[in-house]
Amino acid sequence: MTVKIANAAGFLGDNIDAPRRLVESAEVDYLTLEHLAELTLSIMARQRQKDSRSGYARDLLPVVESLTPAFARQQQLHLVTNGGGLNPVVCAEEVAAILRHAELGALKIGVVSGDDLGDRIDQLQQQGCAFENLDTGQPLSELAQPIISANAYLGAAPIVDALAGDARIVITGRVADAALCVGPAVHRYGWAWDDWPRLAAASVAGHVIECGAQATGGYATDWKNANLAEVGYPIAEIAADGSSVITKPAGSGGMVNRRTVTEQLVYEIGDPARYMTPDVVVDFTTVELTDHGSDRVAIQGAHGTAAPDSYKVSLAYADGFTASGQLLVYGPDCIEKAHAAADIVFAKLKQAGIELAATHRELLGTGDGVLGLHETAVGVPEVMLRLSVRDPRREAVSRFAKELAPLITSGPAGLAGYAQGRPQVRPVFAYWPTLVPRDAVDASVQVRAANDWPK
Amino acid sequence: MQVFKSARRTIGPSNQRREKPGMTDSNSSSLPLDKIATARSGDKGNHANIGVVARSAAAYEFLEKELTAERVADYFSSLGASQIVRYELPKVWAFNFMLHDCLGGGASQSLRIDTQGKLLGTAILQMPLPKPDNIDSLLATV
Repeated sequence: MTVKIANAAGFLGDNIDAPRRLVESAEVDYLTLEHLAELTLSIMARQRQKDSRSGYARDLLPVVESLTPAFARQQQLHLVTNGGGLNPVVCAEEVAAILRHAELGALKIGVVSGDDLGDRIDQLQQQGCAFENLDTGQPLSELAQPIISANAYLGAAPIVDALAGDARIVITGRVADAALCVGPAVHRYGWAWDDWPRLAAASVAGHVIECGAQATGGYATDWKNANLAEVGYPIAEIAADGSSVITKPAGSGGMVNRRTVTEQLVYEIGDPARYMTPDVVVDFTTVELTDHGSDRVAIQGAHGTAAPDSYKVSLAYADGFTASGQLLVYGPDCIEKAHAAADIVFAKLKQAGIELAATHRELLGTGDGVLGLHETAVGVPEVMLRLSVRDPRREAVSRFAKELAPLITSGPAGLAGYAQGRPQVRPVFAYWPTLVPRDAVDASVQVRAANDWPK
Repeated sequence: MQVFKSARRTIGPSNQRREKPGMTDSNSSSLPLDKIATARSGDKGNHANIGVVARSAAAYEFLEKELTAERVADYFSSLGASQIVRYELPKVWAFNFMLHDCLGGGASQSLRIDTQGKLLGTAILQMPLPKPDNIDSLLATV
C-alpha cells in the first residue's frame, strides 16, 4: 500500500485544466497545487492593498469548481494547496461558497496561517531579530525601501494538523513547497518529527513533483516525441518507509524516466548534500533512481539530518519601477537599424532631461538570450529589439514608455509591432532572503465544514 | 565540490561580445556537451543553478574530469558571476553548477528577457569539450 500524492500546478499561472484532468484519469489520495514562486506573494500584497478580499491565487476558484464532481465521487480525494497566498482565510471563504453551491457543504476546509510576518517585522526587530540578508549579511535595519511582504516558509506540521481534523481541502499561505507532499505522507504514516530518513525521502518526492509537468517530460531536454499537449502531471506513490515511485496517469502524454526525474531533482537547488527544508535537511547525493519502465521511476536512499532551528523568510521590498518594450526590426541591415532605433529612444530621453538608473538593450534573434555568449550574428533577416529600463522614479520610466511609438514616423524604415500599445510601467519587487527563529512564528490551523465558513 | 572564484567581477555593458572559447561548431576535435548530457537551469534570487545530467556512467566519469567549474566559468564569463561552484551527484550521474550573482538582479529586478536563467541549461549543452578517445562508449546512452 502506498499513499498517492499528485501535483497538478507548479506555479501560479500553470494550466487550469490540469487538476481536473488528473483526478479524472487517476485516483489519488492527495492532489497538491503549488502556486507561490519567490516573488508571487509581493504581487499578491499589492492586490491586497487595493482590495482586502484579494491576495490569493484567483485561479484556484475555477479549479476547485472543476474538481467538485471528483470530490463528490472520490471519498479518498484531498486537496492541499498553498494558493491561499497572503489571504488564506478569504480564499477558504470563497472555496466554501463554491462547495456549498455544489451541495458539498459538509466537506471540511482547513486553513493554515501564521506565515505572514508583514505586520510583525518592526516588533521582531525590536526583540532582536536582525533579519540579515542571507546573501550580503546586511541587517534589515539598513534597508531604506519599504517592505512589501515578509513570509516564513512553514513546514508540514500544520498541514498534518489540518488533515488530522478531517479537512478534505487544506489551504495554506507560504509553506515549503515540499511540505505540500510531506504533510500528507506524515499524516498517513504517523512518522515522528525526528524520523529524518523518512522525512527526507518524502521531501525528495515532494521536490520532484513540486514543479508539475517538469517531472513528466515538460521542459525536458529530450522533449521531442513526448506529446506535451497531453502531458500528464506527476504522481508520487510513497511507501511507509518513505521510498517512492514517480509516475503519471495512465494514457496521458509526457514521459517519466530516469532523465526527466534527474533533471528535476537538480532543478533550483544549491548544495545537494544540504537541501534545506523546515522539516529536515536532505542529502540528495545519496538518492538512487531506478527506472522500472512504463513511466515509473523509483526513488530511494535519501538521507536526512535535523531540521534547522530557524525558518527561511522570503521578504520583498519596493525597489522602483521598470518597463520593457519591443519592436520588430526587419531587413538586411536589421542589426544596425535596431541599434539606431535604440539610440534614438535614449537620445530623446536625454533631450527631455531624463537619465535612467539602468537600461538594457537586447537584439533577440541574434543570441542575446544569454548575454555575451554568442558571436555577432550575420545574415539574419530580422531581429526583435527589446529595450528595458529601471529607475526609482515612476515618471521617468513612464516617459521611456512613451518613446517607442514616435519611431513609427520618425525612426528608420522597416519597424513593426506598435499595435500592442505603450509598454506597461510595473513596480519592481526586490528579494531579501533571510531567516527568523522558529519560536517567533506561530502557525495556526482552523478546520470547518464549508457550511460553517462565513458567507 | 569545486569552487571557482572570478578574479575580477565584471558585468559587461549591454551587447558586449567577448572572444569566446567557441560555441559548438563542426570542429572535429571537440565534443559538444549535448551529445552526452542533458541540462536544466533555474534561479535562486540573483544566483542561477544549472543541473547537468550525464547520459551514461561513462559520460559522468568523463565529465567529472572535463566539465570543471573553471571551464564552465570561462564559458559563461560574459555573465559576470562572482563565483561558480560545482557539486557532484554521482549516483544519479549529475552535477549541479551554482553561478553566483549572474542574473542582473534576479527575477523582478533583472532587465534581461531571461530574468530567471532558464536558457542557461540549453546554453551549456552547446559547450565544446575535448574529444575523448573512447567516444563510442560515451555516446552509448542508458
